[in-house]
Parts: sequence; structure tokens; C-alpha cells
Amino acid sequence: MVKIRIIPCLDVKNGRVVKGINFVNLIDAGDPVEQAKHYSDNGADEICFLDISASLENRDTMVKVVEKTANEVFIPLTVGGGISSVENIHALLKAGADKISINSAAIKDPVIVKRSSEYFGNQCIVVAVDAKKHFNDWYVYSHGGTKKTELLALNWIEKVQELGAGEILLTSMDKDGTKSGFDNELLNKVSEFLKIPLIASGGVGTLNHFYEGVVKGKADALLAASVFHFNELSIKEVKSFLKEKKINIRV
Amino acid sequence: MKKITIVDYGSGNILSAQKSFIKVARDNNFEADVTISKNLSDIKKSSHIVLPGQGAFNTCMDGLKKTHGLIDELYEFALIKKKPFLGICVGMQMLAKISEENGIHEGLGWIDGIIKRLPGDSLKLPHMGWNEAVPRNSTHNNLISTKNDYYFVHSYYFDCADNDNILAETKYGKNFASIVGKENIYGVQFHPEKSSSQGLNLLKEFIKV
Repeated sequence: MVKIRIIPCLDVKNGRVVKGINFVNLIDAGDPVEQAKHYSDNGADEICFLDISASLENRDTMVKVVEKTANEVFIPLTVGGGISSVENIHALLKAGADKISINSAAIKDPVIVKRSSEYFGNQCIVVAVDAKKHFNDWYVYSHGGTKKTELLALNWIEKVQELGAGEILLTSMDKDGTKSGFDNELLNKVSEFLKIPLIASGGVGTLNHFYEGVVKGKADALLAASVFHFNELSIKEVKSFLKEKKINIRV
Repeated sequence: MKKITIVDYGSGNILSAQKSFIKVARDNNFEADVTISKNLSDIKKSSHIVLPGQGAFNTCMDGLKKTHGLIDELYEFALIKKKPFLGICVGMQMLAKISEENGIHEGLGWIDGIIKRLPGDSLKLPHMGWNEAVPRNSTHNNLISTKNDYYFVHSYYFDCADNDNILAETKYGKNFASIVGKENIYGVQFHPEKSSSQGLNLLKEFIKV
């Protein structure tokens, strides 16, 4: 059966990693290619680049970064952050990305999900959703979590699935940065109706949090950033822990 | 000197396939020239051919047919000269006689079988992610000797008419052929170019054929 995936996520700004590994053995800690290679060598199942560049010109830099990464890294690569058009998606896929994650652009015009998944295949299109709880409901936030929308997260996820999204990358804004575990309540609610893979993001701090994301949240993949970057946990540790707990994982 | 040609017929992300072969050649000190091409003269001169494939079956077949003489040249290479040929993902599926994806479509028919949809009643489709390929006994040479994890993205599978053509199987709801083979012709349902060191090892074995 298909295995649970562990995905390290790197924030890239103007072609440089801004939140990444701080290991001494890296020659250039700011080089996304080197960081991606490090994670791949250590057992990552996929790599995710999140482009946080502010300007459009710098987005072209991302295409070059992807090209260079594809020379060195032979696991699937997802690229997200500021993707606004089918042309953007095409350029990144052509450079060697395997999947593109769309967030604000889908909120602005959901048709991009339909168009791009029909054109490039559903498996290429990941819809990233940033959600935050207000009383009993989760709302979708856009623009890197800065703008609240009126969209209810559960409805929105159901809608993008119908439009052709191949995967959902669900970040809990309540949990992000807290190291108190994934929002398993939210993940579980989404898993109940989702027919496409669910990537959990936000809040992981311990080995057991990864385990809970799978058994309580029912996620298909687990994404993490800082626990890996600051070497608090290694991908190998996470994987052998999950393996011991009888989770189906690639080691 | 190996001359590996990755067939260019408009299918997506073939750069990754080229880069993975370049990496394998470099790491193993193989002298190899890895090109992406649809020129019949390049096909003729090749020692190894790789047929990638992404997207719908009939779109890929139409792409192959578009270049006049390409299918005949590939046939000459694989079935007359019997030189090593590897199909990846839909490139593997095109080796079959027929596909049931979006209607009934004819494939190359080099390995007997039908491309069918995976049972998705209780499982998510596409079958996406890492899964285990377990080698089987066959009279044909296998590309893998032990079970390994590879990266899959597909909703259809190769239902082989002859079990002897199944070189490895993978379970997703049911067991399906994840590596097929017949003499010098191979097909892998997964993406070796995205399957880390295990995938690169398989490509190495193919170059050595």
C-alpha cells in the first residue's frame, strides 16, 4: 500500500533559503539546491519550496532554482508561493517541478484550479489552504495568512476537489509555529470527505505529533519546516519512529 | 559509449528523465550521451531508448503518431534489432495492445495486455506516492533483484496477458504489474527518475543491459 510521506518545506526568497537548515556541514546554507539535496539524501519523500519573494522579477529566479534542483534531486518537488497564472505553472513544471501549489490565486479565481488541472493533469495541482478557527468554524485566509476570507475551509476544500485539485496542503494557522501538534480535529474533518491526498501542515514539534497526524488526523503526508531545519528532529528519526509504531513508511 | 535517447513527442517533464540518466552515467563512470530527441536518425544511432509518458494514454499515442515514421523506427529498434528499450509510466502503458482510458485506444502492442483502471472504490486515485515493487520470477531478465520503494502517480495499470511478462508487482487495492518485461523491452509504472537512489539504481541496471 502507498506509504505515508514526510515532506520538508523550505522558504525561498529571491532564490535563497531564508528558513532552512542551519547545519555546519553545508557549504552554503542559503542554497536551496544544497538543502534539498541534503533532505533527499536523508530520506525525504518529497521536497516543497515555498517562494516568499515579494516582487514578480524575483519569481523568475525561482524557475532557475527549480532547474538547478532538478539536476541534483531525484524525488518529487512541489513549488508554491505567489503562483498566479497558468503560465507561471507551465514555466515551473517545464523547469522540473512535479507539482505546483496554488493558494491565493485559487481564492481570487477558482477557475485556475480547473484550467490547470485539466491542462497539466490533476496530480500536478496542489491547492494550499491556510485555515483558522473562529468559534466552531474554520475560515480560509489568503495572502500568506494575512487576509481573512468568508470562505469556510471545509466547503472550500470540497469545492477545489471538485474543480480538479490533485492534493490538499492544509495548514492550520492556529497551530503553525506552536509546536503543539497538528490540528488533528480539522484534518480529521477534512479526511472524512476528501478523495484526494491530504498533506498536514503546521504545529509539529515532537515525534509523536507526526504519529498523531497519521492516526488522528488521517493525513496522507506530513509537512514540516522548523523541526527539521533546526535539527530538532531528523527525517530518519521521524521515519524510524513511525516505522516502529507500525505506520507504513519508506525507510 | 552508450547513446541513450529519450523520445521527445510532447509529453511533460522529460527533463527529469534526462537529468537522472546523466546523473547515473556520471556517478558510475559510464561514458554516455543522453539526448532528448524525436529525430529518426538519433533513434537509429541509439544504444538505449527511453519512452517517457505523462497524461492521458490517447494523447500520448497521438503525440507519438504525429512524428512521421517515429513508431516504425522505434519498432525497428526494439523488435527487429532488439536493443534495450524502457517505457516509463504512460510510456510503459503504451507497450500494451489496448488501453481502456477514456474509451478504447490502441497501443503499440509489444507486450500483450490491456491497460485498465485501478479499483478506486475505497482507495484514493491516482495512486500517488511511494509504494513497494516486489520482484517476481520470470524467464525475462529483471531490472531489480530485491523489493524496493518507488514513486508512483497513476490511475491505470498494465493487466498482462502473460504472467511471465510481469517482472515486479505492487499492491494498491490489488496486485498489479509495476515492472513489465519481454526480452529487451522493459516498462516501469513508477517514476525511477523521481525515486531517489532506488530509482537511479534501476536506471543503472537498464544502462547495463
